[in-house]
Amino acid sequence: MTSMEETIHHHIGDDLLMGYSAGTLPEAFSLMVAAHLSLCDTCRAAVAAYDAVGGALIEDDGVEMTEGSIEHALARIELASAPEPVPERKRCAVLPAPLADYVGGDLASVKWRPVGMGVRQAILPTSGKATARLLYIPAGASVPDHGHGGRELTMVLQGAFSDEIASFARGDVETADESIVHTPIADVGADCICLAVTDAPLRFRSLIPRLIQPFLKI
Amino acid sequence: MLIALEPIDETPAPLLATGSAGRAMKKAGRRTLGKEEATPDAGEWVRLMLRIRDERDRAAFAALFRHFAPRVKGFLMKSGADAALAEECAQDVMTTLWNKAHLFDPSRASVATWIFTIARNRRIDLLRRDRRPEPEDLPWGPEAEPDQEDALALQQESERLRAALKALPEAQRELIERAYWGDVSHSEIAAETGLPLGTIKSRIRLALDRLRHAMK
Repeated sequence: MTSMEETIHHHIGDDLLMGYSAGTLPEAFSLMVAAHLSLCDTCRAAVAAYDAVGGALIEDDGVEMTEGSIEHALARIELASAPEPVPERKRCAVLPAPLADYVGGDLASVKWRPVGMGVRQAILPTSGKATARLLYIPAGASVPDHGHGGRELTMVLQGAFSDEIASFARGDVETADESIVHTPIADVGADCICLAVTDAPLRFRSLIPRLIQPFLKI
Repeated sequence: MLIALEPIDETPAPLLATGSAGRAMKKAGRRTLGKEEATPDAGEWVRLMLRIRDERDRAAFAALFRHFAPRVKGFLMKSGADAALAEECAQDVMTTLWNKAHLFDPSRASVATWIFTIARNRRIDLLRRDRRPEPEDLPWGPEAEPDQEDALALQQESERLRAALKALPEAQRELIERAYWGDVSHSEIAAETGLPLGTIKSRIRLALDRLRHAMK
């Protein structure tokens, strides 16, 4: 466990880590950050540092409480019952706990839908401001060549993929934006499972994927 | 990492240092806290927390409440809650502090930071913001009692960070505040504000490593 983070080479950008700490990201992006922090102590420490910024800001100003609030509080803690034990979260070798929560179990619980050429996806239930999906890419297969209308983050959960830019293994996050057109290809060693989060629809470059895009919700 | 900063230099620093949040409060005719004489240091808050944890000390709770409840209330009002809702919610946050005192780890967070995280989570429910899933729990074992030296160093780093934030040019500080109160997108914010985050990060890394080692 200790040296797990050293195997991760592609991290999440500081603006998203800060947004996660502030609690202001769209749900899908928070899910991506939570999944990555589950595997990456470097980014977990960075978020803790941004939490410390929040702590420092909160210290510096305030608004007086009403008369008698402290007596009210002391009465409340008197009544406070012992905290309920937090239910053990589901453990899964591939899905970090926050993803297992969204899927409702391990990999076997994922409701995959084919999207063509052997690639499958499962859209996770998040708020509509951004979309989170699990992607299943058979070993050696590729995701159609696409550009992006907004920001797309892709994290590897199993196997590995490479595109024109770099190689990505478990825990690595690729960040793509408007300027990037890429064709991720799963490594031949194993089927690749990823979490992908987008704040705008992908733009596929060839006509056929573009025609079916509305039906795939990507 | 390079993120575009707002052109800070072109913004004249106000003569009286009041942040945007401060101005918003005055506009709404709210009273902010007056100057406090001799604020206790982070170490004192930790001692009070441990007295709550170990002895269920109500006097320690009252002292923390007096200092932090108004701050939580202010934070929630700056995020858009009205005074009554913010007050009720500050009560909830402080009750959570009492109930979850056993989870506080002074080698990973100052008391202010820990309270910020509770208030942030409460704000999401309160203002119906987007859900914020938590990462997988760190392994937590019987040997994970935090190292005293780590804890002391982390508390000192937290104070240093606070001082650095105070010393920032007004425009930069305002931008950071707005990011945390939730009314600005983070791509506008520079991570490169010169805050001493590096040292605090390595502190926290150390505490995480220790925790993971304890579980081996």
